[in-house]
Amino acid sequence: MILTVNHVTTYQYDVPMRSAVQTLRLFPSRFDGQRIIRWDVSVEGGIRGGSFKDGAGDRIEGWSVRGPVSKVTITASGQVETIDLAGVLRGHREQVPPLSYLCETTATWVDDALETLANEAVLGAEDDLDRAHRLSRAVSAAIAYKPGVTQAHTTAAEALSLGEGVCQDHAHALIAAARAVGLPARYVSGYLFARDDGEPHEATHAWAEVHVPNIGWVGFDPANACCPDQRYIRLGSGADARDAAPIKGIALGVGEESLDVAVALEATQQ
Amino acid sequence: MTNYFNEMYDGGKVREPYARLEGWTRDMPAELRQMKQAEAEALFRRIGITFAVYGEGGDPDRLIPFDMFPRVFTQLEWRRLERGIKQRARALNAFLLDVYGRGEIVRAGKIPARLVYQNDAFERAVTGFTPPRGIYSHIVGIDLVRTGPDEFYVLEDNCRTPSGVSYMLENREIMMRMFPQIFRENRIEPVDGYADALRRTLASVAPAKCEREPTIAILTPGHYNSAYYEHSFLADLMGVELVEGADLFVEGGFVWMRTTEGPKKLDVIYRRIDDAYLDPLCFRPESMLGVPGLMDVYRSGGVSICSAPGAGVADDKAVYTFVPEMVRFYLGEEPILQNVPTWQCAKADECKYVLENLGDLVVKEVHGSGGYGMLVGPKSTKEQIESFRAKIVEDPDNYIAQPTLALSTTPTFVEDGIAPRHVDLRPYCLVGEKIELVPGGLTRVALTEGSLVVNSSQGGGVKDTWVLAE
Amino acid sequence: MLSRTAENLFWIARYIERAETMARLLEVGARIALMPSAGHGYRSEWESLLQASGTSEGFAAKYGDPVQRNIESYLFFDRDNPSSVISCIASARENARIVRTAMTSQVWDALNMAYQEIRQLERMPRSELELTELTEWVNRQAALVRGTMDATLLRNDGYSFLNLGFALERADNTARLIDVKYYVLLPSVDFVGSGLDNYQWQTLLRAFSATRAFHWAYGGEVTAAKIAHFLILNRQSPRSLISAADAAMEHLDALSQNYNKSGPAQMRACALVSELAETRVEDIFEEGLHEFLTRFIREVGELSVMVHNAYLSGEAR
Repeated sequence: MILTVNHVTTYQYDVPMRSAVQTLRLFPSRFDGQRIIRWDVSVEGGIRGGSFKDGAGDRIEGWSVRGPVSKVTITASGQVETIDLAGVLRGHREQVPPLSYLCETTATWVDDALETLANEAVLGAEDDLDRAHRLSRAVSAAIAYKPGVTQAHTTAAEALSLGEGVCQDHAHALIAAARAVGLPARYVSGYLFARDDGEPHEATHAWAEVHVPNIGWVGFDPANACCPDQRYIRLGSGADARDAAPIKGIALGVGEESLDVAVALEATQQ
Repeated sequence: MTNYFNEMYDGGKVREPYARLEGWTRDMPAELRQMKQAEAEALFRRIGITFAVYGEGGDPDRLIPFDMFPRVFTQLEWRRLERGIKQRARALNAFLLDVYGRGEIVRAGKIPARLVYQNDAFERAVTGFTPPRGIYSHIVGIDLVRTGPDEFYVLEDNCRTPSGVSYMLENREIMMRMFPQIFRENRIEPVDGYADALRRTLASVAPAKCEREPTIAILTPGHYNSAYYEHSFLADLMGVELVEGADLFVEGGFVWMRTTEGPKKLDVIYRRIDDAYLDPLCFRPESMLGVPGLMDVYRSGGVSICSAPGAGVADDKAVYTFVPEMVRFYLGEEPILQNVPTWQCAKADECKYVLENLGDLVVKEVHGSGGYGMLVGPKSTKEQIESFRAKIVEDPDNYIAQPTLALSTTPTFVEDGIAPRHVDLRPYCLVGEKIELVPGGLTRVALTEGSLVVNSSQGGGVKDTWVLAE
Repeated sequence: MLSRTAENLFWIARYIERAETMARLLEVGARIALMPSAGHGYRSEWESLLQASGTSEGFAAKYGDPVQRNIESYLFFDRDNPSSVISCIASARENARIVRTAMTSQVWDALNMAYQEIRQLERMPRSELELTELTEWVNRQAALVRGTMDATLLRNDGYSFLNLGFALERADNTARLIDVKYYVLLPSVDFVGSGLDNYQWQTLLRAFSATRAFHWAYGGEVTAAKIAHFLILNRQSPRSLISAADAAMEHLDALSQNYNKSGPAQMRACALVSELAETRVEDIFEEGLHEFLTRFIREVGELSVMVHNAYLSGEAR
């Protein structure tokens, strides 16, 4: 599948800010399931900073904007060819030891309920891959998709007790549950092409990857009860949503920030 | 009663390093001594060196007691120590480069993967990155104790930002001012080359993108920090700027200082703040002490950070146990300095031993520092031991135990003359283009009779440390 | 130099100057309170002083009615009052501690000693402290600090920032002190030219430690016009507004030479000096003394903002 992306993020400030700095993880991963045809990232009026590939294989680029800043517009656009690898992150070059993802973060803290959910889910599982699938199914069943009930800082434990949430909560819950049974797991951010009627739609997405011995990292999307396929574009990973965020930024000053995100994702017929 | 090694007296005989000091103290009248002591205190207060060593906090205006009786090593003793310290500093750096790279030592099964990769101090953000010259820890402070003429043990390694070096320098300065005569009589190796050596070390790890004489700055958490004096003292001695996070910003892949003439590019940052506060975009988002975007510049080779983020994984108390193994693994050498035998309460059999022998052991928290959260078995009451036992049982992973070491003593001025007191030693090893060790260090002394705790927060003082020239 | 270091230096000077002004203000208050006419249904002189020092609200919240003893404590020893002498000295010393290596040990000693001594004074029973002694103590400390600076500091950009701090704070403070006399203290225009009026003018001269200097310069009878000329337009008077403006311009020029770059701050300082140089005392009274001073204070404030933007904010390019 060839997917065309135009992703525009706009931060506005009611009072002009002294300066703004961003770190962007906005580049599609290079692995056997994705081929980048073209891709471009820019920040309007910004100055490109350092760029590098981190230990987890993500391309990261720093940007800064000189003050006074009233608006920051970040555009990522391009074309990516994708194929379905049943969630397996094959051919991805990275150096981070999977074990390091067993460290807890606030968002993925394991409480008793998560531990119970995880332990019950893996009862009778044949191997680690089976365990991961069962965990993902259990999370899908335990947390119904419902926007607006959770916030950016909602933890996995909180989402589970609410029984509702969005993709971020599903991913956090799966990471926590996997860790509870000793499987390293991480948060993945990217895009999902969900409608092919040509209408623009909310296409930024997040899911989780679980590390399975002998196979490597395998993606699971509990929000959609499936594994990532050709409809998914993978951008980058981290321990949790904050760590894996495609855009992290800080503006110096006293102004209030407002955010607007527009993503257009289209499939090109081959 | 344990027999403690007295560094000055071997029975009735004066040991060689102290030979010339005996007459000096014998001939010093009590009034002169008191006068000098008062003078020393006034000098310390005047220069404002009143911070707590090793980040122990407390009253920033509190003066740490200075003992005028120097601690002395012969050239021969020092050379052996020096070899051991440099060896350890090399091994620790090799370990850091390895665990953020291929992890050979883990693959070889020499250290448990969990201990390294699940360590809080392991920074995933720097995996796969090789800092200039492959050095992570540029200033290694190694805490040593002595138990015999040739027996030294490493208590702990400090790979991040060991503090206290300003004491080493100021103690010497004050001794030379007060007793020029004994410096003429004894040939003592100077320590004042430290600042130059530190500047050289930092300059030698400038990033590849830096094509001229590198600009260096010390990054301090600010003037409320208990070690602020040391930060400004070192900046002044090296002739570099002392900056706070707000003085810096990133742009175009570099770090810049805000100056009255406009931005000035910064190449090497000697940071005296923890990893977690370096960059709110990478680490703690609420931190105001750091520089947003700093880690991006660092990772893309626009600036060097000393010590490198992530260095803390080498000086963890649990990783400590494996340092001799690192020496063998990376250097193919036998360790010159010994570790103190350590029992990990995380291991069931070792925990059992610890609980059975609490009365004889020193128990420490894995992440504790400053002599707090510590049990010195032989010096504790039954109640203290029992309450500690409960803590260990509840959270064994959090504790390690070591035998009570017979720390050596050196003569120390006390109320009514001179008496032996227990000491330790922290030398500062610099790792850059070269590995350098200034002949000296910070000697801490437990001023309370019989006490083995040298921490300044618990009645410890400091001494000038001499290495005699040949 | 780091912008923050320049800012610290600038504020050391401002705080020392401000501590001195505060002491002088207290002196004025104490003098005027000795006048028999005090408290005759006029607004209390002390209340006026609090207003002049911008501490009226803070004081009212803490003590209520303006009683001399409480005002003395509040303006001198109260750390809750950011403009009190002790707060100013503590802030000056703290700023100095931050940039210790940017100054000589003599300057640090002078600032540190002032702080240590006022902490001792703070602990003494108030009944043992005469106000006059306290204000003299402050003047002496300020002189010591200035003296060590003049005698020992390198004449570099840091020196310019210190002196800019002194100049701008002095320009502001002198203008405010004159304004206290003319607008706040004097209850009604009917009193202009009265005995009370003249007495207050003389008290003001005393507060500036300038009585003798004034007589040397003018001789004869003390008149409002002469004093206004002396405190505003006379370059021989070290505290006059024009002297302060001259000093600000001098050090801004030094900076522009040092950095090979000139900006709006230099232009504004220059304009301020030229305007004062061309002003006659009659012009001031024609405009209205209070109106003139208000405008001057605003202009000095704007100049401070320009200095901040150009050098201290860290936004210089």
